Amino acid sequence: MSQVAERQSIETSKQIGWNREQMAQRCAQDIEDGSYVNLGIGIPEKVAQYVPDGREVIYHTENGLLGMGDSPSDEELDADLINAGKKAVTAIPGASYFHHGDSFAMIRGNHIDVCVLGAMQVSMKGDLANWSTGAVDAIPAVGGAMDLVAGVKTIYIITQHTTKNGVAKILPECTFPLTGQKVVNRIYSDLSVIDVTEKGLILIELAPGISFDYVQERTGVALINGLAQKNELANKNIVNSTDKAQH
Amino acid sequence: MIDKRVASCASAVADIKDGDTVMIGGFGEAGSPIELIHALIDHGAKNLTVINNNTGSGRVGLAALIENGQVAKMICSYPRTANSLVFPELYRSGKIELELVPQGTLAERIRAGGAGIPAFFTKTSVGTPLADGKECRRFEGDDYVMERGLKADFALIKAKQADRYGNLTFNKTARNFAPIMAMAAKNTLVQVNEMVELGVLDPENVITPGIFVNALIEVTHPQQESQLVKDGIVYPQTNNPATSSIKEVNVGETQA
Repeated sequence: MSQVAERQSIETSKQIGWNREQMAQRCAQDIEDGSYVNLGIGIPEKVAQYVPDGREVIYHTENGLLGMGDSPSDEELDADLINAGKKAVTAIPGASYFHHGDSFAMIRGNHIDVCVLGAMQVSMKGDLANWSTGAVDAIPAVGGAMDLVAGVKTIYIITQHTTKNGVAKILPECTFPLTGQKVVNRIYSDLSVIDVTEKGLILIELAPGISFDYVQERTGVALINGLAQKNELANKNIVNSTDKAQH
Repeated sequence: MIDKRVASCASAVADIKDGDTVMIGGFGEAGSPIELIHALIDHGAKNLTVINNNTGSGRVGLAALIENGQVAKMICSYPRTANSLVFPELYRSGKIELELVPQGTLAERIRAGGAGIPAFFTKTSVGTPLADGKECRRFEGDDYVMERGLKADFALIKAKQADRYGNLTFNKTARNFAPIMAMAAKNTLVQVNEMVELGVLDPENVITPGIFVNALIEVTHPQQESQLVKDGIVYPQTNNPATSSIKEVNVGETQA
């Protein structure tokens, strides 16, 4: 099958891999108890719905609220209480309000633990492009994306693995203007979970029914297969825990 | 006796001159001082440089100020939003200048301006087009870009409560840029939902101390930008005879 024909078949085929909800759900598993977290607009916002029970996570929104809660009921609605996407939100008990200087000191001063963002492109070094395609007639708009990637401790990306036309978004170098250099830690796509490391991009998990080769074909750089390693590690852990149980 | 109250929004903005730099508080509509902006439209000062996170929505407030041809340059982080009609058109036709600044850098530039800091170094935007032409330096093994503090001739902001000294509190996320803009402007003009007596505001809870405030105008029932946009309101009314009620409402609201 030619590449073009294959791409068309990808487009027209039914949903394979993880859907948007499942990508958010998978990412949410990695949000640790006690984290301060900033979620980008779009799929990243959904992560909050899926953080496992029993974990207490505080959500930061850069327009000036730490302790962001759910969408408001009609009675709770206040046009002065919104998130960074300018949607109405609520504040949880224990929340705090602050001005933009303090809010971005939390971000730029390395106080926020995790930020989840979308991407247009990610490079093998962890460069991120997610604010502009560089098109001449576009109205450039950046918001807080550059501050978040520069200042937050861990950057998770949730993205479709390829564009709608089947073009790889994970590349040797980003061709779009950068949001930040060497900033991405982990990528959750509809097909897999990939870690950005000094050694290169390591695929650590596959969506159900997806093979390593299938992901590799849709990725612009050579991936390191971390699945074998992971299985070994998992087996070791099982052995260890059995050991412990015996003592 | 210190009493920073003024008679009307019109008298508050009367000293804004052509070519001035004006910071306008608000993130989207939250915290947008819409009555003060409309007074600035009536006042008519031109060739302004305006600093705000966005460029307004619909054809009221900041968007109306831009549409009225009073703004030569915008300094902002996110000039396009769902209902921004005015700015994109003017920008594409080359009629308005844009200085795009990352949101946190914008906030820090304003804070630095207010604190007497002419420049600072930040990691934000290193290696991106927004660092082009800026001085870079390496500290402790990491690259930083130099950004300049921002000051303004005027700041227009909205607060929840104020006393006559100009001590301010804010409502929820409507606080956003207001406290730092109040610090960075030579003249800070505040529209406030409620004036209170001295001593009513607990000093522990004052967010902006009165030293940063120059003029106060009580607007007890401010208009809501999203509602005006929804109702298809255009400001000033002369642009649209069908919305003749709006100016009268404004005059009523802006009396002290």
